Amino acid sequence: MMVDHQNIYLILSALLFVIGAAGAITRRNAIIVFMCIEIMLGAVNLVFLTFSRANQSVEGTFMVLFIMAVAAAEAAVGLAIFILMYRKAGSIDVDRFNIMKW
Amino acid sequence: MDMLEFVVPELDFRAILPQIILAITALTVLLTGVFSREKKGPAIGFLSLAGVALSFSAVVFSGSQTVSSFSGMLTNDSFARFISMIVCVVALLTILISINYRKISPAINSGEYYCLLLFAALGMMFMGSAGNLLMVFVALETMSISIYALAGFQKQREKSIESALKYFLLGAFASGFLLYGFALVYGATGTMDIVKIGRFLNDHPLVVHSPLLLGGVALMTVGFGFKVAMFPFHMWTPDVYEGAPTSVTAFMATGVKAAAFAALIRVFYVALGSLQVDMTQIMWVIALLTMTVGNVVAIAQSNIKRMLAYSSIAHAGYLLVGFVAGGELAISGMLFYLLGYAFMNLGAFGVIALLAKKDGEYTELSDFAGLGFKYPAMGLVMAVFMFSMAGIPPTAGFMGKFYIFTAAINSGFIWLAIFGVINSVISIYYYLRVIVTMYFKEPEQDIVMLTPTGAIILALVIAAAGVLFMGILPSSVLDIARNSTTLIM
Repeated sequence: MMVDHQNIYLILSALLFVIGAAGAITRRNAIIVFMCIEIMLGAVNLVFLTFSRANQSVEGTFMVLFIMAVAAAEAAVGLAIFILMYRKAGSIDVDRFNIMKW
Repeated sequence: MDMLEFVVPELDFRAILPQIILAITALTVLLTGVFSREKKGPAIGFLSLAGVALSFSAVVFSGSQTVSSFSGMLTNDSFARFISMIVCVVALLTILISINYRKISPAINSGEYYCLLLFAALGMMFMGSAGNLLMVFVALETMSISIYALAGFQKQREKSIESALKYFLLGAFASGFLLYGFALVYGATGTMDIVKIGRFLNDHPLVVHSPLLLGGVALMTVGFGFKVAMFPFHMWTPDVYEGAPTSVTAFMATGVKAAAFAALIRVFYVALGSLQVDMTQIMWVIALLTMTVGNVVAIAQSNIKRMLAYSSIAHAGYLLVGFVAGGELAISGMLFYLLGYAFMNLGAFGVIALLAKKDGEYTELSDFAGLGFKYPAMGLVMAVFMFSMAGIPPTAGFMGKFYIFTAAINSGFIWLAIFGVINSVISIYYYLRVIVTMYFKEPEQDIVMLTPTGAIILALVIAAAGVLFMGILPSSVLDIARNSTTLIM
């Protein structure tokens, strides 16, 4: 039965989420940071699909489609910003863009 | 599979008429920007202005009924309408400021700029009326993605790029947390509908304290915390606000705050009402820290945009006091405060956007030296906005704080109200410093010039009139806010 496997998927997605979050915090290359954020979103999708099957409701599945669409739009804007960085500074190192400090 | 069966929803397009108008205007403006020969004029600005005005009237004349449309995806209650009105006011004033700001920053005078601005406003409106967590997410991203792009609109300025980068990475990071929170809440309750979650938790008290739901709520709080600049998640605010073009900063500081608080109120009061007692125990501390950190660090700032960024964190703290207090009085106080805050903050940023030098704008506090006597009208309105932010009567800021702190005392949070008042007193120091600099300091250089046009004058007059009207005759606005606390439960 599905229920037996539910926890495996939840643990896997929690692991993925933590890996993504840790990467987003520690990595300095903007594109790798963004990829880590995408891993986090992938983890979220897995949670939604797991619960969608467990609850026998279709809402979670819809949500996954929306998350993927929104993530694509986000990637478009994000990559445009990274290109802007590269043109200005010749690097997409996040630390390179840190002129403002309190 | 029977789980994929679904009913085609009833489409009630009248319910989203204001949003439809905004979307059509946004696309029209985009195309006009591409095809028009005249690239330097304010035509597209005025076109978007007309669209927002039309949308505003559609909100005002949409009646007072409380309906839920699109299978519960949207809830058109009086609360949503009030938020829509705030968003329209914010968009209206931002466009007026932008029409003038194009003289300082020609890059923003394009169809794309106004298109993104209008789509961001569209997302904000949907955040106020979202009845489903899916809708909250899509509306939040519509707003955020537009604003990521807007923040980086001055492509030649390194600070603008940095602002867009930081906002984008942290915003996307925060959405991840928000979504994970949504997913866990969905897992615990089996539905994404905000009203149904509320009912489910009422009927199943055992679920309320299940680790799944509590974890979800915690992650959601992190996600929303980023958007409203709540204390441990406020670090991005000053950098993003300082780097973004001033017109965009004004829009971010007011519109995003109103929309994010609207979603926060609806999700936490309607869906998670059963958790409210537990929530207040944590939010109490967060509200206090948000106020204090914002106000104390603002004192140390020499850049006025940065100072206003920390002040916006402090204002988020005051609003959180209302959130902690809960109840109708607090919601009406928060709505009143959000509107008043929109007027005073847009006004202050409008004044900053008015001061130009050849290669940019004046944002250092010392640049304001002596301006009060050189440009008396400008000095006067800036003084009004600063008094309002500091919470000195007779201004909107004073009445807003008064209502929120009253609600806090009524709900038994007397100490929180006292700390709020102490914070207000601290904040007077740095707000009055702007006024003192304007009126009692000799100007160091004499190259500050104003770039006034009818648009910015109109924006500042509206903002100042709004601040004073809400301060002197608060009951008229408060009555509307009081009638706007109906949330579909």
